[in-house]
Amino acid sequence: MSAKLITRQVGDVTVIDAVGRITLGEGSSVFRETIKDLVSKGNKKLLLNLAEVSYIDSSGIGELVSGYTSVSNAGGSLKLLKLTKRIQDLLQITKLYTVFEVFDDEAKALASF
Amino acid sequence: MSAQERRPKIVLDQRLESSLESVDQSEEKIVALAQEAGFAEEETYRLGYAVREALVNAVVHGNRYSANKTVLFQVACSERGIEIVIQDQGGGFLAETQMDPLAEENLMNQSGRGLALIRAFTDELVVEPAQPSGTRVILRKFLPPEVS
Repeated sequence: MSAKLITRQVGDVTVIDAVGRITLGEGSSVFRETIKDLVSKGNKKLLLNLAEVSYIDSSGIGELVSGYTSVSNAGGSLKLLKLTKRIQDLLQITKLYTVFEVFDDEAKALASF
Repeated sequence: MSAQERRPKIVLDQRLESSLESVDQSEEKIVALAQEAGFAEEETYRLGYAVREALVNAVVHGNRYSANKTVLFQVACSERGIEIVIQDQGGGFLAETQMDPLAEENLMNQSGRGLALIRAFTDELVVEPAQPSGTRVILRKFLPPEVS
C-alpha cells in the first residue's frame, strides 16, 4: 500500500494524517505534491502525523527534508507527530532527529506553533 | 558439521528488470528468506530495508531504469546468516567519493542517505566496481550465535 494523506484543519494548523508507505515512486510523489499544494495555498503551520506510516525509505526521508525546507522557506514550519519506533530509528541514524521538532501528543504539538 | 555444510548455499539467482516493481518483488522475497533463515522480526525488517535501498540504487542510479539493463540479485544462506549480491550494469559508482550524509552541512540534502542506512542495517557491506561495468554490492547479515 502506498501513502495516503488526509489533511484536516485544527485552528490555524494543518494536520496531515499519513497512512501507508512513503517510498520512491507514488508514495513519495503524493507526499511532495501535498506539501507543495498546502504551501502554495498559504498553509504555513503543518503537523505531519506519522502514526499510521509503516515504512519510509531513504527517498521518503528525502521528501520529509525537502518538505521541511519548502515550508521553512515560506516562513512556516513543519513538525512531526507520533513517530513509530522504526521511524524514530531512521531519524536517529540519519541525524535528522536534531532537525525536526517531534511530538507524541497532538495537543502539545498544536500548542507549540 | 562438514565444510561443505557450512558453505553458503545459493537459494536465489535472478536477473531483474530495471524497475521499481522488481524492487518490490525482491524485497518480499528477501523478507521471506530471512524469516525462513531464522531472523527475528526486527532484523528481518532491517535486512529487507537494506536490500530495498541497494536495489533502488542499482535500478535508479546504476541502470537508470534502462530496459536494456538488468540487475543481478543473488542470495546465499548458511548457518551463519545470509549474503546478498546486487550488481547493476551502470556506469559505476565510487562509495568513497560520496558526500557524508551525516555531516552537519549535508543533513538537509534531499538524497544520499541510502548507503548509510544499508550500513546501519547490515553487519557487512562491500561496494566495489563490477566487471565489465557497473557496481557490485554485497550485504551480509549474521544470525545471533544462539540461533546459528
